[in-house]
Amino acid sequence: MNFVYERLLGGKNAALGIAILAALIFIILPIGLDLFRLNLVGKYLTYAFVAVSLVLLWGYGGILSLGQGVFFGLGGYCMAMFLKLEASDPESTKIQSTPGIPDFMDWNQLTDLPWFWEPFNSFGFTVLAVLLVPSLFALIIGYTMFKRRVGGVYFAIITQVIALILTVLIVGQQGYTGGINGITDLKTLHGWDIRDDSSKYILYFINAILLFGVIFLGRYILTSKFGRLLLAMRDKEDRVRFSGYDVSNFKIFIFCVSAMISAIGGAMFTLQVGFMSPSFVGIVPSIEMVIFAAVGGRMSLIGVVYGTLLVNFGKTIFSETLPELWLFLMGGLFIAVVMFFPNGLAGIWEKHGQKLLVCIRRMQCVGAVKTLLNKRSVKLEAAGE
Amino acid sequence: MGDYTTQELLSILAMQGFAGFSLFSVLLLMALGLAIIFGQMGVINMAHGEFMAVGAYTTYMLSFVSEKYFPGFIQYYFIVAIIVSFLFAGLLGYLAEFVLIRHLYKRPLDTLLATWGLSLIMQQTFRSIFGAREVSPSLPEWLLGSYQPTETIDIPLNGLFVLGLTIVVTFAVYLLMYKSSWGLRVRATTQNRIMSGAVGINTKKVDRLTFALGCGIAGIAGAAFTTIASTGPTTGSLYIVDTFMVVVFGGAASLFGTIASAFSIAQAQSIMEFFISGSMAKVFTLLTIVIILMMRPEGLFSIKVRK
Repeated sequence: MNFVYERLLGGKNAALGIAILAALIFIILPIGLDLFRLNLVGKYLTYAFVAVSLVLLWGYGGILSLGQGVFFGLGGYCMAMFLKLEASDPESTKIQSTPGIPDFMDWNQLTDLPWFWEPFNSFGFTVLAVLLVPSLFALIIGYTMFKRRVGGVYFAIITQVIALILTVLIVGQQGYTGGINGITDLKTLHGWDIRDDSSKYILYFINAILLFGVIFLGRYILTSKFGRLLLAMRDKEDRVRFSGYDVSNFKIFIFCVSAMISAIGGAMFTLQVGFMSPSFVGIVPSIEMVIFAAVGGRMSLIGVVYGTLLVNFGKTIFSETLPELWLFLMGGLFIAVVMFFPNGLAGIWEKHGQKLLVCIRRMQCVGAVKTLLNKRSVKLEAAGE
Repeated sequence: MGDYTTQELLSILAMQGFAGFSLFSVLLLMALGLAIIFGQMGVINMAHGEFMAVGAYTTYMLSFVSEKYFPGFIQYYFIVAIIVSFLFAGLLGYLAEFVLIRHLYKRPLDTLLATWGLSLIMQQTFRSIFGAREVSPSLPEWLLGSYQPTETIDIPLNGLFVLGLTIVVTFAVYLLMYKSSWGLRVRATTQNRIMSGAVGINTKKVDRLTFALGCGIAGIAGAAFTTIASTGPTTGSLYIVDTFMVVVFGGAASLFGTIASAFSIAQAQSIMEFFISGSMAKVFTLLTIVIILMMRPEGLFSIKVRK
């Protein structure tokens, strides 16, 4: 019990933060929003997985990956491949020249299912692939880079190039990947229709539970000895190395964990939104996910969830009403967060919000507010007369 | 490849090779500025592509103005446009350094994000002023047409001009960096910032001017770019990643390395483009560089820098 309270919830204040977030996601939003908007929130929350992974990797580890979209995308594509195979059974694809293969393969004159699609007929394999393919990929990248002490800006640039390579590859190999449109028309999961209303609710809650699981995992890692080492490495890498730790192994590990977390988000994205496309893999989405984390606060597992929700709501609202202004605002957000609020929303909360709480607790504010209200009501009465 | 005779194949190789030279020119002009900035200050300017677009749009505006008001000037405006593009992009770079980047030198990763934000703002500004459609200036007559050394080889004049311009600019940068006292200061700051400050070099001023110079060269790249393709709001971002690769692959702060890596990347991509699809050519080129960089993170040619 103590373990749960101290390590996973992180003490009194952090536990309160988690409780508030849980109330918002599990109760307030599902009650307050219609299904369409709730589905949007569900979609945003899948990005929050990436934001959480960036807290571990970037906030604490000091490693900025501009290619987290790669892992999000790999997870999403693994799930999409399974769903697509289920949706293209010979019965529903009988008008194709080769029934039983996904429609985009048929359009691209493929007559056989490519070998790497075969194992995705099995759901067990797919779940494993969602978790392991991105991690293995991260292991390869991390092993080659961190062992040679590549870091900082170099690492950011190379991960960005990897995101570009993967996007160009997916778009170019239309017959195998669905090209620029991605993998669309996903219908069922083991015969369970993922498109109707009730399943949308169920998927939303599964997604939210997984997100909290990931936050707890992150908290567990960060409060462990490894989490302390991570911070130490970020601030004085050489010192940690001279103390006898193998810094590169720690970096590889946290990079793989963050890849796996992002991939879970990607898989949940595919399930909730019903398609996966290269537009969630490339340079732009990857760097946008970094800004979600930066706005929320790169050091706060809870803050980044708010950051993700806020930026995405802003994006949706502005693209509906003033699309011209959105890029200005987004650009300004990048600059402002970096220049003035390096710790994001969480930083602002810690600086001012905590004071407010203390103030309220001491009841000093209450008195002040009361007198203020009295004055106001006197004024209102005067105005009424 | 059985459908081609040897001579045709050679001609194709020559022409693709020359197309590679055009790409080489643009990449090199962009990378020169970026390499100087990255080498000296350790920051990567994500908005570098947008400074190139500033040069391209400046050229377009000058072409528009001279076409409308000074029709006699149209033959010569392009030379003026190169200079104005350099000055204008350089001025904007100076401002960006002053307002934004100088506060972030200690946080190179945050500079990536801030300059990305700057690039978004600049892109939307282009879109608001010039529209989302691609524009291209009307070129003077002496840039049109082509040069035919043999019957099957056809080399466009604008490509030759851009190549010549690149050689001139590269040479000028070489002189400035290695033969002038200002270049000496820049190189001193690159190698050991603290000691340079101690011997009386105003490193902050050097930083600012270097940044402005880098952006100015990107402006020239933009002017050159208008002769071979049309310019849109996102043109800069299409080339930025390739430019990063040129800089990182060549080894930061090495002029020769930057030239060599721009050459090999541009040639590899444009020759492969003929045999396999354009997207796969890009994938193979970038993948090769990434793999080489994983083996040799410091790039092809690197100078030893005391950090």
